[in-house]
Amino acid sequence: MKRHLISAADLTHDDATLILDTAEELARIAGRSIKKLPTLRGRTVVNLFFEDSTRTRISFEAAAKRLSADVINFSAKGSSVSKGESLKDTALTLQAMGADAVVIRHPSSGAPHRLATSDWIGGSVVNAGDGTHEHPTQALLDAFTMRRHLAGGPGGGPTFHRGPGDGTGRDLAGRRITVVGDVLHSRVARSNVALLTTLGARVTLVAPPTLLPIGVEHWPCEVSYDLDRALAGCDAVMMLRVQSERMNAAFFPTEREYSRRYGLDGTRMAALPEHAIVMHPGPMNRGMEITAEVADSGRCTAVEQVANGVSVRMAVLYLLLGGNEPAVTTHRTEESK
Amino acid sequence: MSTTLIRGAQVLGGETRDVLIDGGLVAAVGTGLAADGAEVYEAAGQILLPGLVDLHTHLREPGREDSETVLTGTRAAALGGFTAVHAMANTFPVADTAGVVEQVWRLGRESGYCDVQPVGAVTVGLAGKQLAELGAMADSAAGVRVFSDDGKCVDDAVIMRRALEYVKAFDGVIAQHAQEPRLTEGAQMNEGVVSGELGLRGWPAVAEESVIARDVLLAAHVGSRVHVCHLSTAGSVEIVRWAKSKGWDVTAEVTPHHLLLTDELVRTYDPVYKVNPPLRTEADVLALREALADGTIDCVATDHAPHPHEDKDCEWAAAAMGMVGLETALSVVQHTMVDTGLLDWAGVADRMSFRPAAIGRLAGHGRPIAAGEPANLTLVDPAYRGVVNPAGFASRSRNTPYEGRELPGRVTATFLRGTATVRDGKLV
Ligand SMILES: [Zn+2]
Repeated sequence: MKRHLISAADLTHDDATLILDTAEELARIAGRSIKKLPTLRGRTVVNLFFEDSTRTRISFEAAAKRLSADVINFSAKGSSVSKGESLKDTALTLQAMGADAVVIRHPSSGAPHRLATSDWIGGSVVNAGDGTHEHPTQALLDAFTMRRHLAGGPGGGPTFHRGPGDGTGRDLAGRRITVVGDVLHSRVARSNVALLTTLGARVTLVAPPTLLPIGVEHWPCEVSYDLDRALAGCDAVMMLRVQSERMNAAFFPTEREYSRRYGLDGTRMAALPEHAIVMHPGPMNRGMEITAEVADSGRCTAVEQVANGVSVRMAVLYLLLGGNEPAVTTHRTEESK
Repeated sequence: MSTTLIRGAQVLGGETRDVLIDGGLVAAVGTGLAADGAEVYEAAGQILLPGLVDLHTHLREPGREDSETVLTGTRAAALGGFTAVHAMANTFPVADTAGVVEQVWRLGRESGYCDVQPVGAVTVGLAGKQLAELGAMADSAAGVRVFSDDGKCVDDAVIMRRALEYVKAFDGVIAQHAQEPRLTEGAQMNEGVVSGELGLRGWPAVAEESVIARDVLLAAHVGSRVHVCHLSTAGSVEIVRWAKSKGWDVTAEVTPHHLLLTDELVRTYDPVYKVNPPLRTEADVLALREALADGTIDCVATDHAPHPHEDKDCEWAAAAMGMVGLETALSVVQHTMVDTGLLDWAGVADRMSFRPAAIGRLAGHGRPIAAGEPANLTLVDPAYRGVVNPAGFASRSRNTPYEGRELPGRVTATFLRGTATVRDGKLV
């Protein structure tokens, strides 16, 4: 593994598979009564959040704590763009505190990259979402979830509702994933296109043309404006959160028109292949990109994704902070003492 | 005043001549001229150019003396081979009155390193709403002829039209920073493949091109002249080429960095590459070089934009836009235009001295190297190769995108009205 996790595009097929396999091993302890491993005892992980995201922060916090790391939550909201402390000064402060890893969420694209390539800080940097750029651990947890459900069953065909541990050592070769929504502003979409493609999946982005970035035709995926056509034959559909305020900047006329053309409702869900899953990174805008009927259905993995997020983030922290041996082997050695 | 003899230089890159300077003027150009007690500059293998003229410099004084002053900026200009620079109006206070432009003009005279020709703001406070007292600035001691809200676009079509019309009374020119504001709200870099991947808000070429198209039509309509600042896209070149083919009085400049650098560099997220207008694509760079070579683009202007270290030592979105350029401009032009065979040294003299001086209506600069002309001269060693080290800059700021890059050519001497401001590559 590299020292930092900045972009899903930096992960090779082997890197990604190692993280997902490690996450599967670590996920097993989630079922135990004592969920802690001593692996990162004495190490300090800082959650540096320049932007509110309780969901992502507590996921990283739970991951670090289950590995026995010391966790410092540093909320620097308001961001350095306004009057607050600059990114550099904040980084120097964390360096002085001896942070072994900094998990950073920042409204400005590239801020984690800047932190990792500056001489401001010595520890590992984990991108927990930067502007409209990337959110690599979200893509990893999405891939983890897909792998559990979709990775090559007997005969290579997908099998629906497989369980924990399934998919270990496998990738997403040949799986068809449809990602729907505000691709232009979505760090989740960018990270997923990179990672899912690396893992062998075929990704189709679906959005109104206004919510696709210029140059998207150069991305390693297909692009469609037509949701209904893209749903047929896909193995997973991922609905991105769409902020209704986007209509004020004329990205689409009304919420109603958006959900009619690009929302997932029961009728559209029924058109999916039987084994296909419905994913959402959360928080969901029920009634906008997804109806309650779909969100609450057994095919929607949103809650499962949250649980998987902790396992994947444990794996990332473990591997970045020097886990050379398989995570759970280390754990067993400790246990047997 | 003492006399100076430049011995054996290639005048405009052509024939080898001796040039005798006396009393601030070129006294003689010939061969085998006698030194007669003159201070001698041995210039074999070097190119003698008319002193360079920059139409677009940010000297930051008054108001932002932490990034540059007229003194430090003119010292940087002299090292870069410039004998005249146009100081942009976006200072604090804005150069929108006769008082401020005269202050800047006087500071330039006191510096002694380089003539400073203030640019006046088009509108009060660069706000784009009300015309500044253009006539008062034109009639002031500073004799302003170039007016610009640079940094901001005069986006209101009526204000732009009136400004273009009004300056005809004193042979002025409006230098437009072409940037449609609505299309560039929050924009961080060129809109294209790279911005899409990096998740940085795009700055479309059309935001520049649509304003240029409107302005050349307005200039034609009212029979005035318009100058396009830092043209950066292939599409802008096409519009200017078309306007010139109509015989309209349209001129344009390109910066050295837009002749060399592309938006691929933004992948580093290093704000040293953050600039307005943004770095564009390879295709744009090649179109700009071609247009500078064929004269569609009239001149090179540095858009020297000093910023203190802290304004670049941060994340991309928080960083200031701009690059210093005075001390590297000629090297970048040699690298991109001369060494590529697109332009000869006479062409460089034209694009970096004759034409910008003419656009700015600057007397005494951009003159031929001939007896009786003011001795504003620049001596260049084109064989020199050096790695850019900002620690050696005379500018107060260090925000160069070329640090660590090897560039050709070096200004060995600069003469302002016969007095050396630079000798042996060092400030006098
Ligand atoms: Zn400008």
